Amino acid sequence: MAYEFDFGAIVPHWKLLFDGVILTTELTVIGAVVGVGFGIMGAWARASRAPVISQIVGIYVELIRNTPFLVQLFFIFFGLPALGVKLTEFQAAVLAMIVNLGVYSTEIIRAGIQAVPQGQIEAAQSLAMNRLQIFRYVVILPALKKIWPALSSQIVIVMLGSSVCSQIAAEELTFGANYIQAINFRAFEVYFIVTGIYLVMSILLRMSLKVLGNYLFERRRHV
Amino acid sequence: MSLVELHAIHKSFGELEVLKGIDLAIDEGQVIALIGKSGSGKSTLLRTINGLEQIDSGVIMVGGNKISERDTDLLALRLQVGMVFQQFNLFPHYTALENVMLSPQVVKKQSKVEAKEIAEEMLAKVGLADKMMHYPDQLSGGQQQRVAIARALAMKPKVLLCDEVTSALDPELVNEVLAVVRKLAEEGMTLVMVTHEMRFAREVCDKLVFMHQGRIHETGDPEEVFSNPKTSELASFVGGLA
Amino acid sequence: MSEFTLWDIVYNLLLAGRWTVLLSLTAFALGGLVGLILLMIRTAGNPWLVRLVRGYVELFQGTPLLMQLFIVFFGLPLIGLDVSPWVAATLGLTLFTSAFLTEIWRGCVESIGRGQWEASASLGMNFTQQMRYIVLPQAMRIAIPPTVGFSVQVVKGTAVASIIGFVELTKAGTMITNATYAPFTVYGCVALMYFLICYPLSLFARHLEGKFRHVAR
Ligand SMILES: Nc1ncnc2c1ncn2[C@@H]1O[C@H](COP(=O)(O)OP(=O)(O)O)[C@@H](O)[C@H]1O
Ligand SMILES: [Mg+2]
Repeated sequence: MAYEFDFGAIVPHWKLLFDGVILTTELTVIGAVVGVGFGIMGAWARASRAPVISQIVGIYVELIRNTPFLVQLFFIFFGLPALGVKLTEFQAAVLAMIVNLGVYSTEIIRAGIQAVPQGQIEAAQSLAMNRLQIFRYVVILPALKKIWPALSSQIVIVMLGSSVCSQIAAEELTFGANYIQAINFRAFEVYFIVTGIYLVMSILLRMSLKVLGNYLFERRRHV
Repeated sequence: MSLVELHAIHKSFGELEVLKGIDLAIDEGQVIALIGKSGSGKSTLLRTINGLEQIDSGVIMVGGNKISERDTDLLALRLQVGMVFQQFNLFPHYTALENVMLSPQVVKKQSKVEAKEIAEEMLAKVGLADKMMHYPDQLSGGQQQRVAIARALAMKPKVLLCDEVTSALDPELVNEVLAVVRKLAEEGMTLVMVTHEMRFAREVCDKLVFMHQGRIHETGDPEEVFSNPKTSELASFVGGLA
Repeated sequence: MSEFTLWDIVYNLLLAGRWTVLLSLTAFALGGLVGLILLMIRTAGNPWLVRLVRGYVELFQGTPLLMQLFIVFFGLPLIGLDVSPWVAATLGLTLFTSAFLTEIWRGCVESIGRGQWEASASLGMNFTQQMRYIVLPQAMRIAIPPTVGFSVQVVKGTAVASIIGFVELTKAGTMITNATYAPFTVYGCVALMYFLICYPLSLFARHLEGKFRHVAR
């Protein structure tokens, strides 16, 4: 007997998916904003002249980059309570997102900083700027502009990765899908539709980041 | 019958018509210099003869056979017509010898021994018998260009197209490449060369083709054309160089 | 309650880790193969096929790996193919890997200048010969560092296969946690094992990057 697809079986549960989309968006926005903020500080620290700070940040970056997001999530949510740090599902998911984006953007921004021509820095030095001033006024904006496409891709990747937060019962989009298929036994239909939603979300996210990039970096040219 | 015949070749890039009806016959043993201002369509014409650009209309005949856009025809065309580029375009991952051996082996299915023999002969001809094991980045520009000539010759083409083969070279390296081209001309090789070396064109070539705005504007014996240009465009082009 | 010693935990994780390694290797090898075929199709330039490959890449890069695994795992039985978690994970990760690798490699192929294509065409080579003797050998050197780098993503991706019930390192971690109630130790060990697999690959990729940066041949 051939299987009868029934995509209509999802419709009554649309609210669950809608809430999931909202939570996934929240995770991504908080993760991206705070994460990139940490990334800028991390990149600054990596460029620091105090080798100890640079090395500590370096080790932390390698630890995160070379372990799966899902395992980090389990460690934070199930493991940290042993140290007395008890987080809700949402807090744990947000923390994991921030940690990941912080680390990836540290590396990406660092590459951007290294691409700023030495002459720019020397010119700023000759104008008697100190290291922080040079970083803030001369280095960071061109660096961010240069790596914005790479950073945008990474943000999309982490947004898609947040799908596994369902495993600690953070109620994002995939959690909604799991919940629905447990009620109506229409696993394929649910996941098919949710995959489509993710696809749309990643396209929209990429577009928004492009617009944001234009706003941040191109606007100044016309002033 | 000419080796290569072009009839009413038209070619546009989008809105820009670059070749506006070119007729040209290349006879066996002829050495043709193609001159003209930058942007007049010389490279495009040469690339057309090698099938690197698709034409919009017109006919290309090689050895009396019409060349269509089919891959087999294109291959037949390229087996008869070799090309040397301004930027050498040597394969950086092969030695000089391997660069020259590759297509006899791969395209003509010659044995390794045969291909090596031909490659050594050609590299000796361009004066690089002692550089065969060098990689392109270990050679000077002039040496690279001579390898590129040897590489084209190894396919035993009936016609060799040279597009400003000395333009990318430092001045002191120009002569070693021109000497090789001159030797080929003396040996009876059929050549079509785009060049800005007017003295060389005058001495070596037996037909001069002046292109202007996508058309062949004037053509004739180099000696005559140079000393007595018929059109004002050629006169000012030649005058501008002197 | 916990008769598990630390050594028991590590030993059981190591056993499961073999499946992580096996799944990574299989997905990487098969994904590379499919990726190479897609690359050829894309480079050969038939507009419809190019669009198809682009859509394929867009699809797999624009959706979560977890969803891809779910669709394979729940979709195949609908067309009468009952698949084990192992088969579903291998298939899903292969598709995922092929999309990313073909995109990485496309960039490398495109970085080979037009002059190389033209010179080889003028010597009478056809597309296959150009690819085989001229473009791929050069593109491969450029492609090795990012490809090795991506292998880290594949290893990390295998953790997602635990969610469809494939017992590898992460799933074993969860099972052992449920038996020992020592999540901090167990997940710490799990993370460490992933690190021991991935970090050498990362280092190797970086080493290759430095090595190939200035070398033309
Ligand atoms: N691939 C191309 N796409 C668009 N325009 C081109 C292309 N190749 C050449 N052109 C244009 O065609 C004209 C003739 O170019 P070319 O044949 O290279 O001239 P020449 O070799 O005489 O300097 C130029 O205006 C050039 O910009
Ligand atoms: Mg030209």
